[in-house]
This record gives sequence, C-alpha cells and structure tokens, in this order.
Amino acid sequence: MTTHYLVLSALLFAIGGVGVLVRRNAIVVFMCVELMLNACNLAFVTFARQNGNLDGQVIAFFVMIVAAAEVVIGLAIIVTIFRTRRSASVDDASLLKY
Amino acid sequence: MEPAEFIQHSGGAIGVAWLMIAFPLVGAAILLLGGRRTDRFGHLVGVVMAVASFVVAALAFVQLLGFQPGERRRLIPLYDFIPGMAKVGLLVDPLSISFCLLITFVGSLIHVYSIGYMAHDPNRRRFFAYLNLFVAAMLLLVLADNYVALFVGWEGVGLASYLLIGFWQHKPSAATAAKKAFIVNRVGDFGLLIGIFTIFATFHSLAFAQVFPAAHGASQGTLTAIGLLLLVGACGKSAQLPLQSWLLDAMEGPTPVSALIHAATMVTAGVYLIVRSGAVFQGAETAQLVVTIVGVATLLAGAIIGTAKDDIKKALAGSTMSQIGYMVLAAGIGPAGYAFAIAHLITHGFFKADLFLGAGSVMHGMNDEVDMRKYGGLRKVMPITFVTFLIGYLAIIGFPLLSGYFTKDGIIETAMEHNAVLGWLAVIGAGVTGFYMSRLVFMTFFGAKRWEATAHPHESPAVMTWPLIILSLGAIGLGAFLIVGNRFMTFLAPAVGAPEELPTFNPFSLTGLVTLALVAAGAAFAWFRYGAAEVPAVAPRGSFLTTFARRDLYGDALNEALFMRPGQWLTRLAVFFDNRGVDGLVNGLAAGIGGSSGRLRRIQTGFVRSYALSIFVGAALLAGAWLVVGNL
Amino acid sequence: MPWLSTLMGVSVLGALGVTLVRNDKLAKQFTLVVSLIVLALTVAMAVQFSPNGDKFQFAETYDWIPAFGVHYGVAVDGIALVLILLSVILVPIVVLASWHDAEKGKRSVRTYFSLLLVLEAMMIGVFAATDVFLFYVFFEAMLIPMYFMIGSYGGAQRSYAAVKFLLYSLFGGLLMLVAVIALYSIAGKGTFMFSDLVGTVQDVTTQKWLFLGFFIAFAIKAPLWPFHTWLPDAAAQAPAGAAVLLVGVLDKVGTYGMLRFCLELFPDAAKFFTPLVITLSVIGIVYGAIVAIGQTDMKRLIAYTSVSHFGFIAMGVFAMTTDAGAGATLYMVNHGFSTGALFLIAGFLIHRRGSQFISDYGGVQKVAPILAGTFLVAGLSSLSLPGLSTFVSEFMVLTGTYQRYVVPSVIAATGVILAAIYILWMYQRTMNGPTAESVKSLPDLNAREKWVVAPLIALLLVFGFYPKPLLDVIHPAVKDTLSSVSVTDPGAAVPVAKEGQ
Repeated sequence: MTTHYLVLSALLFAIGGVGVLVRRNAIVVFMCVELMLNACNLAFVTFARQNGNLDGQVIAFFVMIVAAAEVVIGLAIIVTIFRTRRSASVDDASLLKY
Repeated sequence: MEPAEFIQHSGGAIGVAWLMIAFPLVGAAILLLGGRRTDRFGHLVGVVMAVASFVVAALAFVQLLGFQPGERRRLIPLYDFIPGMAKVGLLVDPLSISFCLLITFVGSLIHVYSIGYMAHDPNRRRFFAYLNLFVAAMLLLVLADNYVALFVGWEGVGLASYLLIGFWQHKPSAATAAKKAFIVNRVGDFGLLIGIFTIFATFHSLAFAQVFPAAHGASQGTLTAIGLLLLVGACGKSAQLPLQSWLLDAMEGPTPVSALIHAATMVTAGVYLIVRSGAVFQGAETAQLVVTIVGVATLLAGAIIGTAKDDIKKALAGSTMSQIGYMVLAAGIGPAGYAFAIAHLITHGFFKADLFLGAGSVMHGMNDEVDMRKYGGLRKVMPITFVTFLIGYLAIIGFPLLSGYFTKDGIIETAMEHNAVLGWLAVIGAGVTGFYMSRLVFMTFFGAKRWEATAHPHESPAVMTWPLIILSLGAIGLGAFLIVGNRFMTFLAPAVGAPEELPTFNPFSLTGLVTLALVAAGAAFAWFRYGAAEVPAVAPRGSFLTTFARRDLYGDALNEALFMRPGQWLTRLAVFFDNRGVDGLVNGLAAGIGGSSGRLRRIQTGFVRSYALSIFVGAALLAGAWLVVGNL
Repeated sequence: MPWLSTLMGVSVLGALGVTLVRNDKLAKQFTLVVSLIVLALTVAMAVQFSPNGDKFQFAETYDWIPAFGVHYGVAVDGIALVLILLSVILVPIVVLASWHDAEKGKRSVRTYFSLLLVLEAMMIGVFAATDVFLFYVFFEAMLIPMYFMIGSYGGAQRSYAAVKFLLYSLFGGLLMLVAVIALYSIAGKGTFMFSDLVGTVQDVTTQKWLFLGFFIAFAIKAPLWPFHTWLPDAAAQAPAGAAVLLVGVLDKVGTYGMLRFCLELFPDAAKFFTPLVITLSVIGIVYGAIVAIGQTDMKRLIAYTSVSHFGFIAMGVFAMTTDAGAGATLYMVNHGFSTGALFLIAGFLIHRRGSQFISDYGGVQKVAPILAGTFLVAGLSSLSLPGLSTFVSEFMVLTGTYQRYVVPSVIAATGVILAAIYILWMYQRTMNGPTAESVKSLPDLNAREKWVVAPLIALLLVFGFYPKPLLDVIHPAVKDTLSSVSVTDPGAAVPVAKEGQ
C-alpha cells in the first residue's frame, strides 16, 4: 500500500542523483541535492506510516532543518564563488586537488 | 732433561720484576704526556728508565742464579686481568731472563747511542718515548706467564715498531712502510690469535703453568693446529717467509730503531714464541717440520736478498731475515736446538746491533746517505766505526772464535744431525752470508772514495762510539762464553729442557770445516768483485737472478698481485654493492612507495562531480554487496 | 631512594630548565652541570650495586595503565647498569664537545642542549625499563630528540638522513609493537612486566614469529647487516656529538634488546635462529670492514667500522657462552668510548677544516700533533689494540664464540686485519705525509677539547688493563641470562691442573 510512495521516493532520489552528477551549474546541482533530501523525507514519512510510529516524521523534521541550514551556507558560498570567478559551474572550482 | 716445575715466588728482585716493565712505561708516559716541557731532558729520562730496567733485570738474574737449577721457574702473580680467562703474572725463568738481559742491555746502549744520533731532530723526546714504550712492551712479551699478556706485549711491540718506522712520518715512504709493517704483522697476529683461541678451547686456560704440563694430553691434530697457528704469528713478527715483506721497508725508520727493534729484539719474538711453546711443538712433529722448513727457506731468501741490495740498511735487513731463519730452524728442531737458537739470538742481538749502529754512524757522517755505491774508503775517516763494524762483520760470518762462529756452527751441526738436507742448505746459507757481508764491508770501508761532493764524513761523537765498542766486545766473546762447555744449554735446561746427551763442541768437524771453506770462498769472491775491482757508481743491470734478488724475490709483486689488487677491486665492488645494492634496495622501496602514492593522488581531481560519482558508485557497491551477502 | 627515577627526573628537569635560561652560554654551562650531576648520581648508585645480589636491583614499580597491566617499572641488572654508566659518562663529554656545534645553523642553541638532556633521560629509561611496554615507549620516543638533533643541526643532507633514520627505525619499532601486543595476549597474564612474561610462550612456532618481530627491530637499531644503510647517512650528517650518542648508545639498545628480550623471552626460537644471526653478524663484520676501507668520507668510514663492530657484539650475544656474552656486553661499553672518541676527534678536525673528505687532509700530524696523537689512540682502540679496552672485549667475544662456532669466529677474526687497514690507511691519508696547503694553519686541540678527549682515552686505557670492575658486574647478569636460556658452556677437551696445585 505504501509501495507507491517508496517507488516515487526512489525515483525522485535517482533524478536528484543524476542531476548532481551530470549538471554543471552549481545552483542546479544544489537544487538536485534538495530533491534528494526531500526524496529521503518522503521515504522517512512513508516508513513512519508503515511502522505506525512517529520516529520517521521526527527525522524528517531534522532533515528539513539541516536542509535549511545547508541552503543558507550553500547559497552564500555559490554567490561568493560567482562574484569572484564570474561563473557558477562546479567544474571551474577545481583548485582543491592532488 | 725435562723442564722444571713452576714455583710461586715472592720477594727479592724477582718479586719486583714488574719494575722492569714499569720503569720504561713510566718513562714513555712522562715523555708523551709531558709534551714540549720535557724536550730539554727527555732523552735523559729515556736512558735512565732503560738503564733502571737493566739493573732490575741484572739483580733478578743474580737472584735466579742463587736457586737450584730445578727451582728456576718462578711465577710472580700480579692481578686478575680477564676474570675467568686470564690472571696476569710474570714468569722469570732462564729463558725470559736471558731475553730481559739482552733487551735491557742492548736497549740501554741504543738509547745512549740515540742521544747522539737524534741530536738534531726536533722530535727527539718523542723518539725516546717510543723507544721506552717498546722496551716496556718487549719485556712484557717475554715476561708474561700466559698467552694473553704475551699477546698484549706482542701487539705493544708492533705498535712501537709502527710508531718508530713512521717516526719521520712527513715522508710518505716512511708512513707507508709503517702501515705495511703493522698490517703484515696483523696477518701474523691473526694466526696467533686463532692459536690462542684453540689453546683456550682445548685447555680452558691460557697460563703457561697450566697449559704446558697438560699439553701432552691433547690430540696430535690439535697440537699440530696450535703449532702451525703460532708459527703464523711468529712468521709475521720475525719476518719469516711468507710474511717477510715488511722488514725491508721497515728500514725507513731511524737507524737505532732498525738496530733495536728490527734486528736485535722485536724480530726475534717469533723465535721466543716457538721456544716458549716447546711443550706444544714437541707433541706435533708436522708443525716442527714446517717450522724448520720455514727457517731454512727464510735463511736462504734473506741471504739472497742481502747479496743484491745497495742500500746498506736493506742489505743488513736481508741479513737479519737470514739470521733469524737460522734461529727458527734451530727452534724447530726441539730441545737439542733451543739453546743454540737462543744463544744465536743473543749473540746476533749484539753483533747485528753493532752492525746497524755502525751503519748508522756511517750514515750520520755521510748526510744520511744509504747507498753503498756512494761510500768507499771510509775506514780512514771513521776508524772506530770501522773497527767495531769489522768485528761485527767477522762475528756474523762466523770467523773462528768470534761469537757467530760458535752459535751459528752449533745450529748447523744440530740441523745436520736432525736432517742432512736442512743442514747442507744451512751451510750454503753461511757461504752466501760470507759473500754479502764481505761485499758490504768492502763497498763501504775499502776501495776508492765515491762520495757525493757535499759529503764530509767524520767520526761520530763518543756517545755513539762507546755503545759500538761495548757491543763489539760482546760480538767477540759472548759466543765462546755461552757455548763452550754447554754453559748456556745447561742454564736454559730448566726452562726449555735439553737433550739427554749434551753435544760436544768439535772445531774440526767436517761440517764446520766445509762451512768455513764456503765462507772464505764467499769472502774471496766479494773481494774479487768489490774490494779489488772498481765499484760502479750506478748499479749495473745484472742478470735475471740479480733482479730477482733486488726485487726482494718478487715478494712485494706477489703480495700486490695476490692481495692488494684483488683487495682494492673487492673494496670498490663492496662499496658499489652497498650504495647501489643494499642501500639501493632500501631507497628503492621508499621510492616505490613514494611513487605509487604520487600516482594514486591523481585520483583527487578537484571535480566535485567525480567525487560525487565515486560516492554513488561506492554506495551502490556496498548496497549490492549487502544484498548479496544478506541473501546468502 | 628511587635512584633510577631520580636520574631521569634530574635530566628532564634539567632539559626544561635549559629552555628557560635566556643566555646561550649560561644554558650550555647549565647543561654541563646537570649532566655531571646525573653522572655523579649514577656513580653513587653503581657503587651500591651488589654484583652477586638480586638480579634486578633499585627496582621501582608503579601502575601506569592498570587496565592493560602496563607499569612504570624500572630496575637494573649488571648489563643495564654498565650501559647506563656508558650513557651518563658520554653525555657530559658530548655536551663539552658540542659547545659550538649548534651555533652554525639558524636553530636555537638552547634547544639542542635541551634535547640532549631529554635524550639522556630516555637512554637511562630504555636500559632500565623492566616493563616491556615501557621499554617499547622509550625505544620509540628516543627517536624524537635524535630526529631533531640530526634534522635541525646536521650537515648539508640532514633532512634526508633524519627522515631515513626515523622511518627505518620506526618501521622496525612497529614490528616490535605488534610482537609486544601479541606477547601480551598470548601470555595471557594481563601484565607487561618482563619478569612475568619470561617463559610464558612455550610454543616454538609462536616463539619464532615473536622473536622475529623483536629481532628485526633490534637488527635495524643495532644495525646488523643488511639493515645498516641508514647508519652511515645518519652518522655522517649528524653533528659529531649527536653521532656519538647515536652510535655509542642508541644503537646499543639493539644489541641490548637481543641479549635481554630475544634470548630470555624466546629461548627456543633464539637457538633456532642462531645460525642465521651468526651468519649475518660474520657477514657484517667482514663486509662493514671492507666497505669502510673504501670510504672517502671520514664520518661514513667510522660509521661503517661500527657496522663491523656491531657484528662482533651480535655474534657474541648469540654464541651463548659466558665469555662471549660478557665480552659482547663489555664490547657495547668499550665501543661507546672508542667510537665516541673517534667521532669527536674527527669532528674537531672537520670543524677546523670544514670538510669531511679524507682527501682534503694530509700531514696534520705536523701542525697539530696532539690532535693527531689522540686520533691515533682512538683509531687504535677501534682496531682493538691490546692495552686498550676494546681488545679485552673483542678477545672475549672471539674466544667465547670459538668454543662453539669455530669457522665463524675464524672468519670474524679476519676483521682484526681489515680493521688495521681501514684505520691506519685513514690515519696515513689525513695525518701523515707532507702537510697539505689547506691545513697549514690548523690549530691544535684547545683546552676544552683536551678535556673532551682525555677522559675517553683514560677510560680506554684503564679498562684495557683492568676490566675486572666492569666484568665483575657483567658476569653474574650474563650467567643468569644464559641459564634462563638453559645453555651451558662447552668444557675443556684436556683438563689442566687447578691453580695452586
């Protein structure tokens, strides 16, 4: 009965994952990460429903809070990078290597 | 006659025999530690210490004579040197006291002589310090009552010899000669050391007093091994074949050193070792046979070398080799030969020191020229040197009634009885001796003057001539004193044993007459070649044989081809192997790890998306693995 | 009185004190005083040691990590005592010798002397430790001050040498750590105390593996052929004083460890591996000597002579006779003095001329006779000339080994000849012959340097003629060690009359 929700969650997670891997624009990558997080949330809530307790729902809230904090810091970083390098491509920011 | 028992001793001059060693040791310490402050009186300190040592030796000798012959092996324990291995003590017996008297008496004379000889050397103090060090070490060698202490003295004289050969160390030839002497001696020491190990492993003791009485209990093979190993040591120290090559080079040292160390005393240490270890050798016939063969071979080789040398000191060095060959031959024969070996050693100590000091006196007057082709006619300007040298010369060739006549003839007769081949070879050696010694004397003191323009030969000062006179007196009378009536053999018997039937001295034996005839022929031939005829200023090329003798029978060439060149090659190979092989492996391992990590770090590209991919792949793999394992 | 803790405490406090002193000269004097105090205390302790009393004396044991049975346990037997004596005698000498050594670079002079004192504390600790874990800690921690002494104050290639030294030693140390932990768990006693662990591992195969863990660490430390190549690099780059402590004391921990841990903890494995160890030692003796002959750098030459000497020590340890074992222990002490003297005097020479290469010298004897004379004495001690203490130990090792292993000891004895070649040839090339232009104005030893050399030469001479005081202390300890390995000395083939009969 909850299977459809889980399948949807998996689909969303996969779409997000592919987006993270193939897209260059940092903003899009970022949104894909959010998509993956929300896919997880959906899975958590589904499991909560399935198991009949509130643990999954609680975790979903934690995830949302973490995601909010991540957005704040992540966007700030992206904006700073864009200001200095005039580009939002993640491939251009590859100085931290070897 | 068997050797006497060992008796513990205390009191009297023998009880303080250690003073003999202590005096010169203290002298050396004062002179070396005192430094330049002792420059003014250093030589006097050296002489006083040597003489003090002689006085103790003489007193100990007198005290020893006071005992019955059977009680003349006195042990003086000193202290525990290496606990469990060796207690050090002194052994005063007829054998060691004979050496002590020789060393301290001749040593003192040479100390006195050196005052004059080294007068102009700025480092005279250091010279006397080394001389004193030598006397102390030599006395320890002969007085030691066990093999470890003997070895300490043995190496001590080696050190003194090294320091004195290289005394003029600013000369590269002297420094090289010193090093060569030490290293060749070390080869001998290697044998001696292994011999000592074998003795310890066999008897668990190194004390003479314990080893000798038990020696007959050891197997023939063990005794032969010990004997041969000791012989290797003796060959090194006494310049016997095949370890003879250092002695000729050792003449780079100041002449008093050649006289004291490389003629009269140190080089005879090998003979001492063989005679002292008689108990071992008498149980090992093979070892004895090898000893006699080495002795004969060396006495001939030394004599041949002596015939071709133009350097007066090297000619004398060849003669030293040869004479020690006689002693080793006699020492290899056993109790019948021991007394003659030691008697010849003592008389040789006198006449060879006399000859060397005489040569030194000549060099002193000739601006340190050693080439005999630039001497000639010196008998008129150096009368005392000439007369004393002449006595030494007559003694060494065995002129009737002089010292060498009795002692060398004794050796030849004994050898003849022991083994006719060895005996006749020794006779031939005596003939060659007659030739090369006459050649030396004729070239130096007779004939025309062939001096360099700058040479102004003059007689040496009294401080140098008096030792010559005293030594030549010994060269005249000592042989007769020791040999006639078997005086020395009887005296020595408690220490080394003696044959049941004492030999009788027969001046008209066939061997003796043949020897005399050969010597006379040799001398006549020398007169014909070098006395009557003109001596060319530059050595003629000579035949193959002459070159053979001049090049020291190719001993050095052989050493160089067999040991030095392969050694250098091996060293280079080892260094290369160490740097490239062993260290190369270590560094290669390190470089390998460094290199592979250098390659691995390339994975860190800096592209976020590739990191993300590796995370996904890793997660997928883990999940897959979990699924597989979980389903098993 | 807790003697051993006091000794270490004084050194450590001294090290802290040195860093607080503002003035460099004062710091040096302070270091010298501290090291002399430690020496005096050690001598006071040594005098109270009774050779025939308990095996371990001056014992102190406190719990350190009770959960794992790790203790702070220190005590000395005769072997440890003489090695501690060696260390504390060498430290003041090294302090005096390194007076100006730390001034060339940019690093702090005070730190150098502070490191010296830290090292002294650790050297005492490593020999005194009776807890295997504590031993391991000291064994590894000793690397740290030495690493900095080489890396910060050494020659041109100091960082290469220091890193090589550190990594190589660390590698061995980690193998030992594995063996230590394995020993702890296999023994199952819940303690790291040495005396509780002796005899706990009975299974021979286990013993062999644990033995190897310990042995490789010690073989690298000692260093035994073929683990030796870090030593010439480290010794050549280290300042002379540090080289003395490195070769003179630190490396002895390796041979000491073989004698104390490898033999007593794993007697069966030790017997099994004896042929291998003796072979390595003999190779090391001859090989080290031959490579030494071919060196062009004075300090590397001395380092290779030490490879040869360590072969003698290891051979003596594994020959398992009282004479060889006592000789090997004595060798450790004498070698410290002998190599110490050689390194320091070579250091003086190098300091004057600014080159380590033998070919840059010649005829120094003429301008600096005292320097040359002391160098010769030190060199003669390296070639084991009788009359100098090294002879006694080499003689004992060879004689002791010969009783059981004839051929190895005969081959090893060729080292006697090779030693004469490398020492005398080096001496000839540096000191004899015509005086080289570059050394014409070389000054002779000054008063400070004479004070450095004199005690070493005095010790070499005194113990050369009278080694009994040391041997009396060493003998019972070695006998005890060998009895725990359950070997007996081979007897005499031919009995001799006892003394006094």
